[in-house]
Amino acid sequence: MSDSRQSSTTLAIQASLKKRYARERRFQWYGRLAVLTGFIFLFILLADIIVKGSPAFTQHYIELDIDFSAEMLGVGENPSAEEIASADFLAVVKDSLREQFPDVTGRSEKKALYRLISIRAEYTLRDMVLADPGLIGTHKNVWLLAHAEAGSYLKGQVDVTAPEAERRVKDAQVAWLDTLRAEGRTESRFNSTFFLSGDSREPELAGIKAALYGSFFTLMVTFCLAFPIGVMAAIYLEEFAPRNRLTDLIEININNLAAVPSIVFGLLGLAVFINFFELPRSAPLVGGIVLSLMTLPTIIITSRAAIQAVSPSIHEAAMGVGASKLQTVFHHVLPVAMPGILTGSIIGMAQALGETAPLLMIGMVAFIMDVPGGVTDPSTVLPVQIYLWADSPERGFTEKTSAAIMVLMGFLILMNALAVYLRKRFELK
Amino acid sequence: MRKDWNLTHPMLRSTYNVKKPLVGAVAILATLSTIGPVQAENRDIVSIVGSSTVYPFATVVAERFGRGTGFKSPKIESTGTGGGLKLFCSGVGAGTPDITNASRRIKQSEYDGCQENGVTEVVEVLVGYDGIAIANSIDAPAMDISLKDVYLALAKDIPGPDGKLIPNPNKTWKDVNPALPATTIEVLGPPPTSGTRDAFAELAMAGGAEALPGLKALAELDASQVDEIKSAMAQLGLPDTLYDALVAKKGKAPKGEDVFVTVAYAMREDGAYIEAGENDNLIVQKLQANPDAVGVFGYSFLEENGDKVQGSVVDGVAPSFETIAGGEYPVSRPLYFYIKAAHVGKIPGIQEYAIEFTSNKAMGEDGYLTDRGLIPLSEESRQQVQADVKAMKPLAM
Repeated sequence: MSDSRQSSTTLAIQASLKKRYARERRFQWYGRLAVLTGFIFLFILLADIIVKGSPAFTQHYIELDIDFSAEMLGVGENPSAEEIASADFLAVVKDSLREQFPDVTGRSEKKALYRLISIRAEYTLRDMVLADPGLIGTHKNVWLLAHAEAGSYLKGQVDVTAPEAERRVKDAQVAWLDTLRAEGRTESRFNSTFFLSGDSREPELAGIKAALYGSFFTLMVTFCLAFPIGVMAAIYLEEFAPRNRLTDLIEININNLAAVPSIVFGLLGLAVFINFFELPRSAPLVGGIVLSLMTLPTIIITSRAAIQAVSPSIHEAAMGVGASKLQTVFHHVLPVAMPGILTGSIIGMAQALGETAPLLMIGMVAFIMDVPGGVTDPSTVLPVQIYLWADSPERGFTEKTSAAIMVLMGFLILMNALAVYLRKRFELK
Repeated sequence: MRKDWNLTHPMLRSTYNVKKPLVGAVAILATLSTIGPVQAENRDIVSIVGSSTVYPFATVVAERFGRGTGFKSPKIESTGTGGGLKLFCSGVGAGTPDITNASRRIKQSEYDGCQENGVTEVVEVLVGYDGIAIANSIDAPAMDISLKDVYLALAKDIPGPDGKLIPNPNKTWKDVNPALPATTIEVLGPPPTSGTRDAFAELAMAGGAEALPGLKALAELDASQVDEIKSAMAQLGLPDTLYDALVAKKGKAPKGEDVFVTVAYAMREDGAYIEAGENDNLIVQKLQANPDAVGVFGYSFLEENGDKVQGSVVDGVAPSFETIAGGEYPVSRPLYFYIKAAHVGKIPGIQEYAIEFTSNKAMGEDGYLTDRGLIPLSEESRQQVQADVKAMKPLAM
């Protein structure tokens, strides 16, 4: 009887076994499918950004035979620096373009011709002559930056088979650029402008240096405030504070603060730091303070978790040999908890690096050309620069937007890698 | 166990130095309050706020100004016309902006607010015109519509067969005007915070509503003609409570136009009009993806994206440079910026920036702003504006 019962149980198990295995296999496949879908989305996103953004890292230059005649520049003999600075270098550029293409007549045709060269040419030539006034009265071949639209044709981004009316680069410009290319007067170079200059309304002149510096100053302020305050608060709450209603309330509030939408911190920053303390608008100082308020809960929560995870035996051993409570914490608990604290802080900082919403309220979403020199100079940050470029009507900014996203992502990966490295390094000790 | 720790000898605690980071943090906080105001008083960068429509032009001027002169290039925030004027009128001092851009004229109430806050002298600079394009994808047939069609397609309530207002029943463009295609009405446009939306409501929606006799009669009534206004409202089926609400809002008897405006400016909320955010590029992209949709955005975006979208003919006039400059295209508006005269001479570069903006090189017929899609002023009014900027002539309202 017991045999038959057992065999019936075995039978029942065997019957269901197949089903259970199948269920597990199905579940595994669901999991794989989920991971795969995630990867596909990530891949599409990254591929799109990289394909769109990579042309931004090169720029085309056009070689022109420049006639630095004193007459055309409107300067006398042995001109002073001021005279040179106010000389008409645009006329020189226009003249050399007309020399290159003598057939071009008519006002609108000439205008199209002048559009081949970036507006920076004027300033490039001015700086050249300022550095070497002896150039006046001579001829020289100079490589000048191409206009963004001419550049996009030279990069092969313009579909010349489309009707002319629908293209920004007209047939005449295409012919001129082809001639220049055939004569070896065009050249593709690495786009150093993108890394060495601030924002601009000309796509070929726009760079991320100002935004990078702004992000750096902002994050510096954030780190200087949020890290010490956050870690101190975590240590006190975890190790010293008594457990009572008040500390419970504080704990709940910290957890809730971590979930507050970031724009709220921007409103707070506007009301308190700008309107009440009268700190300057658009400054990394205010941006940093606002973002540190935003990252504080993250740092406190992760630091507390890291301190909590330290084995009690370390505590007890230190107390056992007569260490004070403070010595226990700073000599024994904190070093062990440090990898966790640093990881949490760096992830909090990475969040702050990608934030735009609170900065909108305090005036950091603005057109700012000059590279900030300190925490009180007006500046923007990387994600804001991306937003501003995405909003620009000029077509050339599309690739700049993707390129700036690549730079921002590069920094985020770098920061996360640093977090991993620090964790590994401290764990080994 | 926690209790035991408190038994640690107090001597040990006091000898141990952990206060450094704390002291550092306190020091940073303390310096904040001291360097802040000092820095704000010494600002050497012109601060500009205001309209997102003027922003693309102002930034181009700021860039040339920064490259070409010894001044630092101004910082420009795009806050919208209303937000910009609010900041601008909040007072005098380095913490407030020096210039605000506007895609409409300053309102009397805003001007009064300025005066109250000590911003007494405001210089008005008219820089040019901008058109609002009603456009669709080039893959779809071009539209030829009237302002009346726009109103009938997009208003929340329209007059029904008996003249009373009913919720807009029109589903397709054919319902609006039999000459139009039978595609579903789907219009992507700016949200209420945008100056483009204000101008669109004022020029296109109100312009279209005036083409309807019942509404036009109402708009022409004066505040004293209370009975006429009420009877006109009754004809439209509007409740008396609306009139009372307007009295409460204005603090005095409303004009017929005030009632008209509340009716004419109300846009559909049933999904036919989609608020697509302030990003005009996004609207262009969505139009490209959906050939049946129609978009509302600034003319400069139409000009830049001529290979993707086409402007509709409105009241028989196609949007173009010439038609907007000549005032023939009905949905166009003036663009301004306002200068705080009290800051001129205190913060370097304000007047110089304004002179650069109004120079022939910038906003003349061949100027670099004209290349960017700004519709220039006539020769005569440009000279007037240039003279006013030189003299810093304050606005009187």
